[in-house]
Amino acid sequence: MHACRRDPYSLVLFAGVWLAALATITALLFVIFYILIKGIPNLTPELFAWKYNSENVSLMPALINTLLMVLLSLVLAVPVGIGSAVYLTEYARRGNRLVGMVGITAETLSGIPSIVYGLFGSLFFVKFLNMGLSLLAGALTLSIMILPTIMRTTEEALLAVPDSYREGSFGLGAGRLRTVFRIVLPSAIPGILSGVILGIGRIVGESAALIFTAGTVAEAAETLFDSARTLSVHMYTISGEGLYIDQTYATAVVLLVLVIVINALSELAAKKLGGTTNNG
Amino acid sequence: MKNWKEKAMHLLFLLTACVSIAAVVLICVFLFASGVPAIQEIGLFRFLLGTEWRPGNNLYGILPMIVGSIYVTAGALIIGVPVGIFTAVFMARFCPEWLYRIMRPAVNLMAGIPSVVYGFFGLVVLVPFVRNTFGGRGMSVLTAAILLGLMILPTIINVSESAIRAVPQSYYEGGLALGASHERSVFHTVLPAAKSGIFAGVVLGVGRAIGETMAVMMVAGNQPAIPEKLTDGVRTLTINIVMEMGYSLDLHRGALIGTAVVLFVFVLIINLSFSMLKRRERK
Repeated sequence: MHACRRDPYSLVLFAGVWLAALATITALLFVIFYILIKGIPNLTPELFAWKYNSENVSLMPALINTLLMVLLSLVLAVPVGIGSAVYLTEYARRGNRLVGMVGITAETLSGIPSIVYGLFGSLFFVKFLNMGLSLLAGALTLSIMILPTIMRTTEEALLAVPDSYREGSFGLGAGRLRTVFRIVLPSAIPGILSGVILGIGRIVGESAALIFTAGTVAEAAETLFDSARTLSVHMYTISGEGLYIDQTYATAVVLLVLVIVINALSELAAKKLGGTTNNG
Repeated sequence: MKNWKEKAMHLLFLLTACVSIAAVVLICVFLFASGVPAIQEIGLFRFLLGTEWRPGNNLYGILPMIVGSIYVTAGALIIGVPVGIFTAVFMARFCPEWLYRIMRPAVNLMAGIPSVVYGFFGLVVLVPFVRNTFGGRGMSVLTAAILLGLMILPTIINVSESAIRAVPQSYYEGGLALGASHERSVFHTVLPAAKSGIFAGVVLGVGRAIGETMAVMMVAGNQPAIPEKLTDGVRTLTINIVMEMGYSLDLHRGALIGTAVVLFVFVLIINLSFSMLKRRERK
């Protein structure tokens, strides 16, 4: 920085990086505060009524559906994600071809756009397996979508568990299975948790993959086979109708608050990990 | 008994590991089985190079959407890449400790904001802004590009930042030792060494931009014609699918799934180049 004053080129670069960072932060703050300022005054009690109708445009059923969708998708995706990570790190032998295959497919899955997932879900779960537009079809689609995230973070967490733990457990006569469940997985919990939280964030924000799988019925689902719109889909639907701008702002506030809470939780989980994601 | 349990769980873990492979296979089979016959019926060239999309008249040309996706993605890169890379450089090499504790969660939050919220923001802020500043109806290539540029920032920042951090400190110190300023050393020794990692971030950003659906749909205008000006409306591949899927039948439906096949192939190519770049970075 001292050289700046004598070297105009360095000064330009210096100004450039600060301006870019400033632009990034300003854009984010602008989006957040614009939504909050426009939305908070519109957060009326009617918005949180138990039943939706076109008068109150209640977001409560959608909020309940979002919660159900998150729970159901996690129940489906988390065991599979953890199971495959355990297989890859604890069971597979070095040079196993399956490991490479799983890696490539997980990478492919994480790059597929959500609308393609939505289309696949509507072809496979809704039509082929005859589930109809339903909570279950939506959750199955989303669970495939978040599977690579959960798998990857769990794998990283398992790899970070020192081998001496495993050797100690084997040395005491424990089998592989007991070692996995009693020693390895418990020490990897914060890492697994951060993957789960990332997954929750994606489910809450998802809309394109759900429109053709879970549908847009604005009532809280009572069975797995009821169509159910989540909060994001709800917000998209009411924003398109043009009559509910105020309610859309308010719904956006609720979504933003959810996302901010989820992000704060994931910061917390990352800190529990020992700051491995945060230092340089 | 114990041995039996071990074997069963081993098998179970193996099966869960196969789920992601099965998922990719299923996605490919179902997309291609429903999309490819429709493309054949329309004719591959008429489908890919046809400029008219009029399902009512049995005209299914998706060239406007392919061009639309490319325009919008290119625009997003022009806006997002310079800002993203400079911000990444800032976060890795210029940012004071206290500010980093704000920047890091902020960038993470930016990645977490749902695309409908971005889309709605674009609709109520960017669309009127573009209409008043540049003319036209406001829903345009330009609006979509600005919004997508903002949305791909966190992807580019995160991947580039870790690429810059992975460069050995000795490179930077070598630059300083030769009399370069902090800025020159970062930009001329560290940045070139992180080149392929940064490029991987850009490629990942392209994947995000081309696959984004709801946010672009809310601001792009969605006319299925090749835009002539930056202020013309545009329809991307993703928009084409999500807009018409709800009420389409027969060949129309097949053509929409065909659109998804084209998008899927684009994304596969992008992913492949991303993982190749990442592998090169590791060497």
